[in-house]
Amino acid sequence: MEYTPDKSKIAKRIARFFKSGDIVNLGIGLPTEVANYLPEGVVITLQSENGFVGLGPVPKPGEEDFDLVNAGGMPVTILPGGAFFDSCTSFGIIRGGHLDYTVLGVLEVDQEGNLANYKVPGKLIPGMGGAMDLTVGAKKVIAATLHFDKGNCKLVRRCSLPLTAKGEVDYVVTDCGFFTIENGKFVLQEYFKGYDPDFIIKNTPADIVVSPNCKEIDI
Amino acid sequence: MIEKPIMRAEEAVKQIKDGAVIMVGGFMGCGTPLSLVNALDKQGTKDLTLICNDTAIYNPDKNLVTGVAPLVVNKRFKKIIASHIGTNRETGRQMTAGETEVQLVPQGTLAERIRAAGFGLGGFLTPTGVGTEVENGKQIIEIEGKKYLLELPLFADFALLKAKKADKAGNLIYSKSARNFNPIMATAAKVVIAEVDEIVEIGQLDPDDIVTPFIFVSILVLNENKKK
Repeated sequence: MEYTPDKSKIAKRIARFFKSGDIVNLGIGLPTEVANYLPEGVVITLQSENGFVGLGPVPKPGEEDFDLVNAGGMPVTILPGGAFFDSCTSFGIIRGGHLDYTVLGVLEVDQEGNLANYKVPGKLIPGMGGAMDLTVGAKKVIAATLHFDKGNCKLVRRCSLPLTAKGEVDYVVTDCGFFTIENGKFVLQEYFKGYDPDFIIKNTPADIVVSPNCKEIDI
Repeated sequence: MIEKPIMRAEEAVKQIKDGAVIMVGGFMGCGTPLSLVNALDKQGTKDLTLICNDTAIYNPDKNLVTGVAPLVVNKRFKKIIASHIGTNRETGRQMTAGETEVQLVPQGTLAERIRAAGFGLGGFLTPTGVGTEVENGKQIIEIEGKKYLLELPLFADFALLKAKKADKAGNLIYSKSARNFNPIMATAAKVVIAEVDEIVEIGQLDPDDIVTPFIFVSILVLNENKKK
């Protein structure tokens, strides 16, 4: 069994969590791609922490409005019915429990639900941006990550990097499978075609329990 | 209604002296008052403390320089308080080299600390950052079994804002996501300088549309390089 990185599997699986009416914040990068895979008929509202709800697709070249950007500073659009607000209202929405989901990228995620994604001391210090507020505030926190990066597993027993949030992660979706976090362990709920629980357990330096309802998914 | 002084950017920034604490609106450069930033840069004021969501984008390889980035590159700051510096490699370099002090603050906490300053609050309790490095040195208060950090207000000497439109009294209306931190910063500085694309007569703005009431604004500046 060989590992082949595939970000689209992660985005596709995460998109299936949502139901119509959910308010969702997608982080920059891989999480943003989730919006491309929403099942037909599911209508969600995307919140952009720089100050609006109703985030729409990227504009056509030549139609960019530089007063309308996403949290990465890139031009986007707003859908009919969307609304702008200031940063305090934006983070009131986030901290106040008004988001159903937040999807965030990962440097490390551990079996206690701790997430590290904003700092590698001495190397990379981009800052936490809105990630610390999003993780404490959203009803469900989804960590989205390739299972391995440059040979290292992103799922660990205990994060070694500075934490973005302590014990806030609910779901972890990698390109190998979908895990919940329960009682200090990763619980494998689904494994994606091409992998099996043995492969995942053998190659992940953390405690993994296989859910009695665990199943294979072709994604 | 009393009209606010309308100044050129270079005139408006003259009162910003070395060592001042400034807040600058904007998010990755969107909603940042560029005429004021350029005038301040030209003036050469140094040892400033910057309070801003981020240090915008500085990527010389792609010829991308936005927002407050030129002030960082020209080393105008001794201290930067921001939530994100990852898209300006020069901020990271100065921080690592010990040339500029950088304090990272979660974005929601940053916005609320500014609001607390402007709204007369002694601080506020937030769950954000509990169990992380952010809690270091802060008072942790438990309320009904849940832990919160006591976060304190953040004031500035000057706030530099960007709005779409002002009337001569200083009432402000913003444009789309260029609003972000601007209305909050308007409340938290001793002197508030608002750069706008258009200034209209008093009475020409619908009072229902106004986001920042004139009482918060000290000086108006017309955007000198308006282009989309």
